[in-house]
Amino acid sequence: MALIDLANPTRFLDLVRRVLPWLIAATVIAFAIGLTMAMNAPDDYQQGATVKIMFLHVPAAWLAMLCWALMSVAALGTLVWRHPLADVAGKAAAPIGAALTFTCLVTGSLWGRPMWGTYWVWDARLTSVLVLFLLYLGVLALYWTAEDPNRGARAAAVLVLVGAINLPIIKFSVDWWNTLHQGESIFRAGGPEIDPTILRPLFAMALAFLLLFVTLHLAAMRNEILRRRVRTMQMMQAQTA
Amino acid sequence: MSLGPHADFIVAAYAVALAVVIGLVAWVVLDYSEQRRVLGDLEERGARRRSRRQ
Repeated sequence: MALIDLANPTRFLDLVRRVLPWLIAATVIAFAIGLTMAMNAPDDYQQGATVKIMFLHVPAAWLAMLCWALMSVAALGTLVWRHPLADVAGKAAAPIGAALTFTCLVTGSLWGRPMWGTYWVWDARLTSVLVLFLLYLGVLALYWTAEDPNRGARAAAVLVLVGAINLPIIKFSVDWWNTLHQGESIFRAGGPEIDPTILRPLFAMALAFLLLFVTLHLAAMRNEILRRRVRTMQMMQAQTA
Repeated sequence: MSLGPHADFIVAAYAVALAVVIGLVAWVVLDYSEQRRVLGDLEERGARRRSRRQ
Protein backbone atom coordinates (compact mmCIF):
# COMPACT_ATOMS: atom_id res chain seq x y z
CA MET A 1 0.00 0.00 0.00
CA ALA A 2 1.44 3.36 -1.06
CA LEU A 3 1.31 6.25 1.40
CA ILE A 4 -0.99 8.21 -0.91
CA ASP A 5 -3.56 5.39 -0.68
CA LEU A 6 -4.13 6.33 2.98
CA ALA A 7 -5.81 9.52 1.73
CA ASN A 8 -8.79 7.27 1.08
CA PRO A 9 -10.73 6.95 4.39
CA THR A 10 -11.85 3.37 3.60
CA ARG A 11 -8.25 2.24 3.05
CA PHE A 12 -7.21 4.15 6.16
CA LEU A 13 -9.88 2.28 8.17
CA ASP A 14 -8.54 -1.03 6.82
CA LEU A 15 -5.05 -0.08 7.93
CA VAL A 16 -6.25 0.97 11.40
CA ARG A 17 -8.16 -2.32 11.79
CA ARG A 18 -4.97 -4.26 11.04
CA VAL A 19 -2.44 -2.27 13.11
CA LEU A 20 -4.55 -1.38 16.16
CA PRO A 21 -4.29 -4.78 17.96
CA TRP A 22 -0.49 -4.69 17.55
CA LEU A 23 -0.29 -1.11 18.80
CA ILE A 24 -2.44 -1.94 21.84
CA ALA A 25 -0.19 -4.90 22.69
CA ALA A 26 2.97 -2.80 22.20
CA THR A 27 1.55 -0.01 24.41
CA VAL A 28 0.68 -2.42 27.25
CA ILE A 29 4.14 -4.05 27.09
CA ALA A 30 5.88 -0.65 26.93
CA PHE A 31 3.98 0.58 30.01
CA ALA A 32 4.73 -2.66 31.90
CA ILE A 33 8.45 -2.23 31.19
CA GLY A 34 8.44 1.55 31.75
CA LEU A 35 6.58 1.39 35.06
CA THR A 36 8.79 -1.43 36.33
CA MET A 37 11.88 0.62 35.48
CA ALA A 38 10.31 3.75 37.01
CA MET A 39 9.44 2.00 40.28
CA ASN A 40 12.94 0.52 40.54
CA ALA A 41 14.76 3.75 39.67
CA PRO A 42 16.95 5.13 42.48
CA ASP A 43 15.88 8.20 44.41
CA ASP A 44 17.35 11.52 43.35
CA TYR A 45 20.05 12.82 45.69
CA GLN A 46 18.14 16.10 46.18
CA GLN A 47 14.50 15.31 45.38
CA GLY A 48 14.29 11.83 46.86
CA ALA A 49 11.46 9.59 45.62
CA THR A 50 9.48 12.52 44.17
CA VAL A 51 11.65 12.12 41.06
CA LYS A 52 9.21 9.31 40.19
CA ILE A 53 6.66 12.01 39.29
CA MET A 54 9.04 13.08 36.51
CA PHE A 55 8.39 9.76 34.71
CA LEU A 56 4.80 10.94 34.16
CA HIS A 57 5.22 14.71 34.04
CA VAL A 58 7.93 14.96 31.38
CA PRO A 59 6.48 12.43 28.86
CA ALA A 60 3.05 14.08 29.23
CA ALA A 61 4.65 17.48 28.52
CA TRP A 62 6.55 16.18 25.47
CA LEU A 63 3.46 14.50 24.04
CA ALA A 64 1.26 17.54 24.71
CA MET A 65 3.64 19.62 22.57
CA LEU A 66 4.10 16.91 19.93
CA CYS A 67 0.32 16.64 19.66
CA TRP A 68 -0.01 20.39 18.96
CA ALA A 69 2.79 20.13 16.35
CA LEU A 70 0.88 17.28 14.68
CA MET A 71 -2.31 19.34 14.79
CA SER A 72 -0.42 22.23 13.15
CA VAL A 73 0.58 20.00 10.22
CA ALA A 74 -3.02 18.77 10.02
CA ALA A 75 -4.23 22.40 10.08
CA LEU A 76 -2.05 23.14 7.05
CA GLY A 77 -3.56 20.08 5.38
CA THR A 78 -7.05 21.41 6.15
CA LEU A 79 -6.47 25.01 5.03
CA VAL A 80 -4.02 24.57 2.14
CA TRP A 81 -4.56 21.13 0.63
CA ARG A 82 -8.09 20.42 1.97
CA HIS A 83 -7.00 16.85 2.58
CA PRO A 84 -9.99 14.74 3.75
CA LEU A 85 -8.03 13.10 6.57
CA ALA A 86 -6.24 16.25 7.75
CA ASP A 87 -9.21 17.67 9.64
CA VAL A 88 -10.06 14.19 10.94
CA ALA A 89 -6.50 13.93 12.32
CA GLY A 90 -6.64 17.39 13.92
CA LYS A 91 -10.05 16.92 15.50
CA ALA A 92 -9.16 13.45 16.84
CA ALA A 93 -5.88 14.68 18.36
CA ALA A 94 -7.29 17.70 20.24
CA PRO A 95 -8.97 15.89 23.20
CA ILE A 96 -5.91 13.65 23.63
CA GLY A 97 -3.59 16.66 23.65
CA ALA A 98 -5.82 18.47 26.14
CA ALA A 99 -5.79 15.44 28.46
CA LEU A 100 -1.99 15.14 28.23
CA THR A 101 -1.53 18.86 28.97
CA PHE A 102 -3.89 18.52 31.94
CA THR A 103 -1.80 15.55 33.18
CA CYS A 104 1.39 17.59 32.74
CA LEU A 105 -0.04 20.53 34.74
CA VAL A 106 -1.47 18.43 37.59
CA THR A 107 1.56 16.15 38.00
CA GLY A 108 3.79 19.24 37.83
CA SER A 109 1.81 20.88 40.63
CA LEU A 110 1.98 17.70 42.72
CA TRP A 111 5.74 17.64 42.16
CA GLY A 112 6.13 21.37 42.83
CA ARG A 113 4.41 21.39 46.24
CA PRO A 114 6.99 19.22 48.07
CA MET A 115 9.98 20.55 46.08
CA TRP A 116 9.22 24.27 45.69
CA GLY A 117 6.77 24.68 48.58
CA THR A 118 3.95 25.72 46.24
CA TYR A 119 1.57 24.10 43.78
CA TRP A 120 1.75 27.00 41.33
CA VAL A 121 3.77 30.05 40.37
CA TRP A 122 3.15 32.33 37.41
CA ASP A 123 6.56 31.72 35.88
CA ALA A 124 7.08 31.58 32.12
CA ARG A 125 7.18 27.76 31.75
CA LEU A 126 4.10 27.04 33.86
CA THR A 127 2.13 29.91 32.37
CA SER A 128 2.98 29.00 28.76
CA VAL A 129 1.88 25.40 29.37
CA LEU A 130 -1.36 26.69 30.93
CA VAL A 131 -1.84 28.79 27.77
CA LEU A 132 -1.36 25.60 25.72
CA PHE A 133 -4.12 23.92 27.77
CA LEU A 134 -6.46 26.90 27.23
CA LEU A 135 -5.68 26.78 23.49
CA TYR A 136 -6.62 23.10 23.43
CA LEU A 137 -9.94 23.96 25.13
CA GLY A 138 -10.48 26.72 22.55
CA VAL A 139 -9.93 24.31 19.65
CA LEU A 140 -12.31 21.78 21.22
CA ALA A 141 -14.93 24.50 21.71
CA LEU A 142 -14.67 25.47 18.03
CA TYR A 143 -15.06 21.85 16.91
CA TRP A 144 -17.91 21.06 19.27
CA THR A 145 -19.98 24.22 18.94
CA ALA A 146 -19.76 25.06 15.21
CA GLU A 147 -23.07 24.43 13.43
CA ASP A 148 -21.29 23.92 10.11
CA PRO A 149 -18.47 21.35 10.66
CA ASN A 150 -16.44 22.73 7.72
CA ARG A 151 -16.44 26.27 9.12
CA GLY A 152 -15.62 24.91 12.58
CA ALA A 153 -12.72 22.93 11.11
CA ARG A 154 -11.29 25.97 9.31
CA ALA A 155 -11.63 28.18 12.41
CA ALA A 156 -9.97 25.50 14.56
CA ALA A 157 -7.15 25.15 12.00
CA VAL A 158 -6.45 28.90 12.12
CA LEU A 159 -6.36 28.83 15.93
CA VAL A 160 -4.02 25.82 15.87
CA LEU A 161 -1.59 27.59 13.52
CA VAL A 162 -1.65 30.78 15.61
CA GLY A 163 -1.19 28.68 18.77
CA ALA A 164 1.88 26.98 17.29
CA ILE A 165 3.77 30.17 18.21
CA ASN A 166 3.42 28.99 21.82
CA LEU A 167 5.51 25.83 21.21
CA PRO A 168 8.95 27.55 20.98
CA ILE A 169 7.86 29.83 23.85
CA ILE A 170 7.27 26.75 26.05
CA LYS A 171 10.53 25.13 24.94
CA PHE A 172 12.76 28.18 25.45
CA SER A 173 10.86 29.85 28.31
CA VAL A 174 13.38 28.50 30.83
CA ASP A 175 16.22 30.10 28.80
CA TRP A 176 14.55 33.42 27.96
CA TRP A 177 13.21 34.18 31.43
CA ASN A 178 14.24 33.55 35.00
CA THR A 179 11.91 30.74 36.07
CA LEU A 180 11.34 28.68 39.20
CA HIS A 181 10.96 25.71 36.84
CA GLN A 182 14.32 24.08 36.25
CA GLY A 183 16.22 24.74 33.04
CA GLU A 184 16.61 22.31 30.15
CA SER A 185 18.29 19.19 31.51
CA ILE A 186 17.81 16.57 28.77
CA PHE A 187 17.95 17.94 25.21
CA ARG A 188 20.78 20.43 25.67
CA ALA A 189 24.19 21.14 24.22
CA GLY A 190 26.71 19.05 26.12
CA GLY A 191 24.28 16.16 26.73
CA PRO A 192 21.74 15.37 29.43
CA GLU A 193 22.42 16.43 33.02
CA ILE A 194 20.36 13.56 34.39
CA ASP A 195 22.03 10.37 35.57
CA PRO A 196 21.51 7.38 33.21
CA THR A 197 19.85 5.37 36.01
CA ILE A 198 17.03 7.94 35.96
CA LEU A 199 17.24 8.84 32.26
CA ARG A 200 16.61 5.26 31.05
CA PRO A 201 13.23 4.85 32.86
CA LEU A 202 12.28 8.33 31.64
CA PHE A 203 12.86 7.38 28.00
CA ALA A 204 11.06 4.03 28.54
CA MET A 205 8.01 5.89 29.88
CA ALA A 206 8.24 8.44 27.05
CA LEU A 207 8.12 5.56 24.53
CA ALA A 208 5.09 4.09 26.34
CA PHE A 209 3.30 7.47 26.26
CA LEU A 210 4.16 7.87 22.57
CA LEU A 211 2.69 4.44 21.77
CA LEU A 212 -0.40 5.29 23.84
CA PHE A 213 -0.81 8.54 21.92
CA VAL A 214 -0.46 6.86 18.50
CA THR A 215 -2.92 4.11 19.50
CA LEU A 216 -5.53 6.52 20.87
CA HIS A 217 -5.10 8.90 17.94
CA LEU A 218 -5.62 6.21 15.30
CA ALA A 219 -8.64 4.84 17.18
CA ALA A 220 -10.11 8.36 17.56
CA MET A 221 -9.51 9.04 13.84
CA ARG A 222 -11.37 5.83 13.01
CA ASN A 223 -14.28 6.98 15.21
CA GLU A 224 -14.32 10.40 13.57
CA ILE A 225 -14.47 8.85 10.06
CA LEU A 226 -17.40 6.69 11.19
CA ARG A 227 -19.11 9.76 12.72
CA ARG A 228 -18.83 11.58 9.37
CA ARG A 229 -20.27 8.58 7.55
CA VAL A 230 -23.20 8.58 9.96
CA ARG A 231 -23.75 12.30 9.37
CA THR A 232 -23.61 11.89 5.57
CA MET A 233 -26.05 8.97 5.64
CA GLN A 234 -28.44 10.84 7.95
CA MET A 235 -28.39 13.88 5.64
CA MET A 236 -28.99 11.73 2.55
CA GLN A 237 -31.82 9.94 4.29
CA ALA A 238 -33.36 13.27 5.29
CA GLN A 239 -33.15 14.48 1.66
CA THR A 240 -34.89 11.38 0.29
CA ALA A 241 -37.57 11.30 3.02
CA MET B 1 10.21 0.29 47.61
CA SER B 2 9.88 3.29 49.91
CA LEU B 3 8.30 6.49 48.59
CA GLY B 4 9.64 8.59 51.44
CA PRO B 5 7.95 11.52 53.22
CA HIS B 6 6.20 12.76 50.06
CA ALA B 7 4.48 9.48 49.18
CA ASP B 8 1.04 11.14 49.06
CA PHE B 9 2.12 13.44 46.24
CA ILE B 10 3.68 10.59 44.23
CA VAL B 11 0.62 8.35 44.64
CA ALA B 12 -1.71 11.24 43.75
CA ALA B 13 0.28 12.00 40.57
CA TYR B 14 0.11 8.36 39.41
CA ALA B 15 -3.60 8.18 40.32
CA VAL B 16 -4.39 11.30 38.25
CA ALA B 17 -2.42 9.97 35.26
CA LEU B 18 -4.18 6.60 35.53
CA ALA B 19 -7.60 8.30 35.69
CA VAL B 20 -6.78 10.37 32.59
CA VAL B 21 -5.63 7.29 30.63
CA ILE B 22 -8.73 5.32 31.69
CA GLY B 23 -10.89 8.28 30.67
CA LEU B 24 -9.28 8.51 27.23
CA VAL B 25 -9.57 4.77 26.61
CA ALA B 26 -13.22 4.77 27.73
CA TRP B 27 -13.98 7.76 25.45
CA VAL B 28 -12.47 5.99 22.42
CA VAL B 29 -14.12 2.62 23.13
CA LEU B 30 -17.60 4.01 23.95
CA ASP B 31 -17.53 6.41 20.99
CA TYR B 32 -16.59 3.54 18.65
CA SER B 33 -19.44 1.31 19.83
CA GLU B 34 -21.89 4.25 19.56
CA GLN B 35 -20.85 5.07 15.97
CA ARG B 36 -21.02 1.38 15.00
CA ARG B 37 -24.49 1.11 16.54
CA VAL B 38 -25.86 4.19 14.74
CA LEU B 39 -24.25 3.10 11.46
CA GLY B 40 -25.81 -0.35 11.85
CA ASP B 41 -29.25 1.17 12.52
CA LEU B 42 -29.00 3.39 9.44
CA GLU B 43 -27.94 0.49 7.20
CA GLU B 44 -30.78 -1.63 8.56
CA ARG B 45 -33.21 1.12 7.55
CA GLY B 46 -31.80 1.02 4.01
CA ALA B 47 -29.54 4.08 4.16
CA ARG B 48 -26.48 3.80 1.92
CA ARG B 49 -23.37 5.89 1.46
CA ARG B 50 -22.95 7.72 -1.87
CA SER B 51 -20.03 5.45 -2.85
CA ARG B 52 -22.17 2.33 -2.22
CA ARG B 53 -25.20 3.55 -4.21
CA GLN B 54 -26.12 1.62 -7.35
